[in-house]
Amino acid sequence: MRVQGSIGRRLTLLLAGVAALLSVVSWGMVTGFARQAAERTQDNVLAASATSIADTLRTEQGEVRLELPYAAFSMLGAISQERVFYKVTANGELLTGYDDLPAPPGAPQVHRTGDGAVFQTDRYRGSDVRLASVTRLVLVGADPVAVTVTMAQTRDGVAQIAGELSSLAALLSIAFFVVAVLLSAFAVRASLAPLNDVALAVSRRGPSDLRPLRRAAPAELEPLLRALNRLMDRLGQSIRRSEDFIAEAAHRVRTPLATVRTQAEIALRSVSDEDEKHRLRRIIRAVDESSRSAGQLLDHATVAYRTEHLAQDRLDLAELATATLESVKPTAAMKDISFILHAAPARVAGDAVLLDTALRNVLDNAVKYSPDETDIQVVVSSANGFARIEVCDNGPGFGAASARHLTRRFQRGDNAQGIVGSGLGLTIAKDVLTAHHGTLELGNARNGRGACVSLVLPLA
Amino acid sequence: MRYLLVEDNQELADSVVNRLMLDGHAVDHAATLAQARDCLAAASYDLILLDVMLPDGDGRSFLQSSRAQLETPVIVLTARSNVSDRVGALDQGADDYITKPFDFAELEARCRAVIRRRGGAARNEFRLGTAVFDPLAGTLVNQGTTMDLRNREIRLLEVFARHPGRILSKSHLMDRLFSYDAEVTENAIEVYVGRLRRRIEGTGVRIETVRGLGYRLESDPA
Repeated sequence: MRVQGSIGRRLTLLLAGVAALLSVVSWGMVTGFARQAAERTQDNVLAASATSIADTLRTEQGEVRLELPYAAFSMLGAISQERVFYKVTANGELLTGYDDLPAPPGAPQVHRTGDGAVFQTDRYRGSDVRLASVTRLVLVGADPVAVTVTMAQTRDGVAQIAGELSSLAALLSIAFFVVAVLLSAFAVRASLAPLNDVALAVSRRGPSDLRPLRRAAPAELEPLLRALNRLMDRLGQSIRRSEDFIAEAAHRVRTPLATVRTQAEIALRSVSDEDEKHRLRRIIRAVDESSRSAGQLLDHATVAYRTEHLAQDRLDLAELATATLESVKPTAAMKDISFILHAAPARVAGDAVLLDTALRNVLDNAVKYSPDETDIQVVVSSANGFARIEVCDNGPGFGAASARHLTRRFQRGDNAQGIVGSGLGLTIAKDVLTAHHGTLELGNARNGRGACVSLVLPLA
Repeated sequence: MRYLLVEDNQELADSVVNRLMLDGHAVDHAATLAQARDCLAAASYDLILLDVMLPDGDGRSFLQSSRAQLETPVIVLTARSNVSDRVGALDQGADDYITKPFDFAELEARCRAVIRRRGGAARNEFRLGTAVFDPLAGTLVNQGTTMDLRNREIRLLEVFARHPGRILSKSHLMDRLFSYDAEVTENAIEVYVGRLRRRIEGTGVRIETVRGLGYRLESDPA
């Protein structure tokens, strides 16, 4: 059995096929019956007509006499504009009528009374004709003479009636077919509704909602629901495992680094030789660099993971920026850098943790590259359906060619000499914005001094 | 000011304690949550530095359970650095967090910011000649005029104010003033000392250059 395609369409097609077959069969049967009925009527009329002529047979002066009553022909005329032929023979000799009309097959069968007609179909003068022959014995003197009266009629009218009945039957069959298809489509939809309900219930869920699905379902869906719930359970476990793993990896990497840094700082305080002090400072710088890189790698892993399961919280970017700024302030204060924040409410839908991480990385960069005792401008605004957080510093700005490459992994600007960093910060920010259908815009300030980084994402 | 440090890594704890005591603070060290509870029952603190992974439990759940009866601001020390972990720490009632390994200058800056934000902490003011220096507020008040000092000026003046009359080497001052993430030359110290000298003019104290050794805070000769 094919596994692709829709069950609904397949069921509908199957039911429609059955309906079509039934329609064709019933049409064929109705047409057949109609033809038979029409033919039987013609036979009866032909027989009656021949009999009524045969009933006028008598003998006068040693000759066979007959009349052709008007009724014998008028009853044939009732069917429609058919052509009527007749022939009366006595012992094979033509008495009256069309001599070339075909004779009934076999020996004449004599019936004294009643119909006893013999029927046949033949071609005559370019048309199909139906013939009915009645044979009577007439005494001429002492000799019995077999007189056969044959009435013939073309079959056009019968075909016409049968055709009319057949097209009526076809019309009815088509109507039946249409109704049957509509009903089966409805039935299919109704019986597949529980499946759609389950699909809707799953798709409506938030990305982190992995509770088992509990709902009444038809017996056929129970195995599917059970399997789905087992899958969600396993997925939940694997998510928890990978989050724990990331956190644990961070812990394992950073705790020894913290020890190294601490020891180096203690050593730095106890030695007096300037060269040794210089070396120790370089150790501390290297530790800071690895710690920062480890942190960003883990952040990057977390971001990559979370963007696949993006939350859709309703957020105000102005509030988010204010909170994020507050936590970066102490590091900025160490370099006597102040933030100037202009924030207008800008509502977006997204993952607060990710957007905070993106903004934090951009702000960290701005602080890192800013000279001491300068300002960093942060503007939250919204226009043309997009919210924007613009961070402008008074640092060296982006080199002309480098802005394009900076959001690639591990790329650092031309101006990065002497500053600790891994080059992942802007990549993280860009990944977060891409996941939110936004962009990260890099450029230099309009007055030509300092870098401007904008986080742009659609308003909710 | 009185700090409670809850940290099970002995070396890191010793170093933090040393550094904070060098800055003139009193520090109690607890290696477990149980010890931390004992300390909190016995004394009141201006700030708690709390590690999240402790031998007898998770610092964050301790924070969550004790937040209601705890007025003291808390800075969480974490080596985990998971983005959602950081936000989680703040949600559970921490005032700030810092990831290990950290720069002491940053720890200091964060402590200062948290205490200032919470207010309420005991003022520790220094008298410098005729002026009063409040490192937390970042002000130097001399004969009715208030000067707002920049962050590095505050930290530099604080080092001098804690050790009046002692010779402080340029490299010692450098390590107190700058984090290690940028190469800084000793000229930078000269710039800040020069600036600080102008700030404290007319207060009756001054910063003397001790050739070849460093600087010393002295009272003006009467």
